[in-house]
Amino acid sequence: MGDSLRNSAVIVGVGESEIGKVPHMTGLGLNAQAAKRAIEDAGLRPADIDGLFTAYSFTEPYFMLGSVLAEYLGLKPNLCASIVVGGASPAAMIGHAAAAIAAGRARAILICAGENRATGLSRDQAVSALAAVGHPYFEAPYGAFIPSLYGLVANRYMHEYGITSEQMAAVAVQSRRHAALHPNAHMRTPIEVSDVLAAKRISDPLGVLDCCLISDAGGAIVVAHPDLAKDQRKAPAWLFGLGEHHTHEHLIAAPSLTEFGASVSSKIAYDMAGVSPDDVDFAELYDCFSIVPIIEAEEVGLCGRGEAGLHFAEGHAAFDAKLPINTHGGMLSHAHAGAAGGLFGVIEAVRQLRGECGARQVAKRDLALIHSEGGIMSSHCTLLLGRDRR
Amino acid sequence: MPFANADAAEYWRSAEKEELALQKCKGCGAARFPARHLCPVCWSDQAEWSRASGRGTIYAATVVRRAPSPEYKDMVPYVLALIDLEEGPRMITNLVGDGALNWRIGDAVRVTFERRVDGVMPQFELVGNG
Ligand SMILES: [Zn+2]
Repeated sequence: MGDSLRNSAVIVGVGESEIGKVPHMTGLGLNAQAAKRAIEDAGLRPADIDGLFTAYSFTEPYFMLGSVLAEYLGLKPNLCASIVVGGASPAAMIGHAAAAIAAGRARAILICAGENRATGLSRDQAVSALAAVGHPYFEAPYGAFIPSLYGLVANRYMHEYGITSEQMAAVAVQSRRHAALHPNAHMRTPIEVSDVLAAKRISDPLGVLDCCLISDAGGAIVVAHPDLAKDQRKAPAWLFGLGEHHTHEHLIAAPSLTEFGASVSSKIAYDMAGVSPDDVDFAELYDCFSIVPIIEAEEVGLCGRGEAGLHFAEGHAAFDAKLPINTHGGMLSHAHAGAAGGLFGVIEAVRQLRGECGARQVAKRDLALIHSEGGIMSSHCTLLLGRDRR
Repeated sequence: MPFANADAAEYWRSAEKEELALQKCKGCGAARFPARHLCPVCWSDQAEWSRASGRGTIYAATVVRRAPSPEYKDMVPYVLALIDLEEGPRMITNLVGDGALNWRIGDAVRVTFERRVDGVMPQFELVGNG
């Protein structure tokens, strides 16, 4: 594998839809709004797009979502697919896009994701969406759903490494502080650790403020051949490294609840980029639940085992601190709508690398790490994006 | 009983008889769960069913306090647990019976069976508290 895809592609445009409760738009409409903004941000025209990747939707009844979205947008790409590895889908799509660009199959690939999950789901649909990740025969009949499966992960991780509920709460508090500095974030009202601990309990040790939002939201990026970036107004974000690793889908089949695929996916990404965790300036970590960025920060080597909880609790994850994490507010406070959740971490990293983030701008912005996971810590993808070709 | 498909029919037939059954690989000897066409360790497609001891320990657990759907409303709070069976495989179950809410990681558990309108579900209870 080596450095085969290092510098093979750049992200030239990013866009977010309206976020929050957006009842006047469909899921496809949110994707289209984000796509238009991303293509404009890239300084490209729709006709320049010759590839399209998207993920899945729980709110709209379409099969072949990639083709559906291309039809909706009036695009006729040479490469088109829906790629589904849960929350890791957008990051994985960037890998597939880079490989396709390196192989000469496309030059400008639009990656879209999003759903109208806050206003477009009936209660029954919302329930089936939450249960969809549990094994239909051997987990779901016991009343297992996504928050309780992550409750099991949190319980074991706390047992092994001494992570506390207060440290997990600090993740949610930090995310909210960052979201307050993001003009498009869904939830911007400040919270404190005591609020998180006192919030309605969902599945021990997780309360409702430990759980990601349910938003209407769409995101989009354009991944392009580096030649296309030469004349652009805005600086591209270079893809230095990426790695995936998939260990299971259902929690009963997870090899471990204390070591996950992120350690492998990040190693592949670091090796490709020729960097180490010490070189990372800031990170955007998938945060469907407050325990998850703690585990990921340790797995990808940004913190030692059992130390990431303190990293958040002591304020080191703030945008102006030692190692900023989830500078847009993450899925806990910025937005979560299907596969768009992971995409917003990528969008934030690109904006931070460009220096566009105003009140929440990080100081050191040469190298960003993005990690996304899907399922119950099942499918992992790590990306390393940077400011200049290396 | 949820879905007695071709892979798992024997598992659910055994549950009806209040027995916990596992597939055991004839190639490498590994017990596996859930049942499937081939061994995920050695890819042998030869397996036999054998009765499990029904003994295990708690690897992780959570008390569910908000029901995922209306049919679980009357059950909350209930315990969802990951159980390591003596034979090796890990299962998800509810902890049922007295003292279930006072579980601890590492506690010994044993299988029991719950009759539902649509069939019999293996469940687990704490040993010594039941
Ligand atoms: Zn075998």
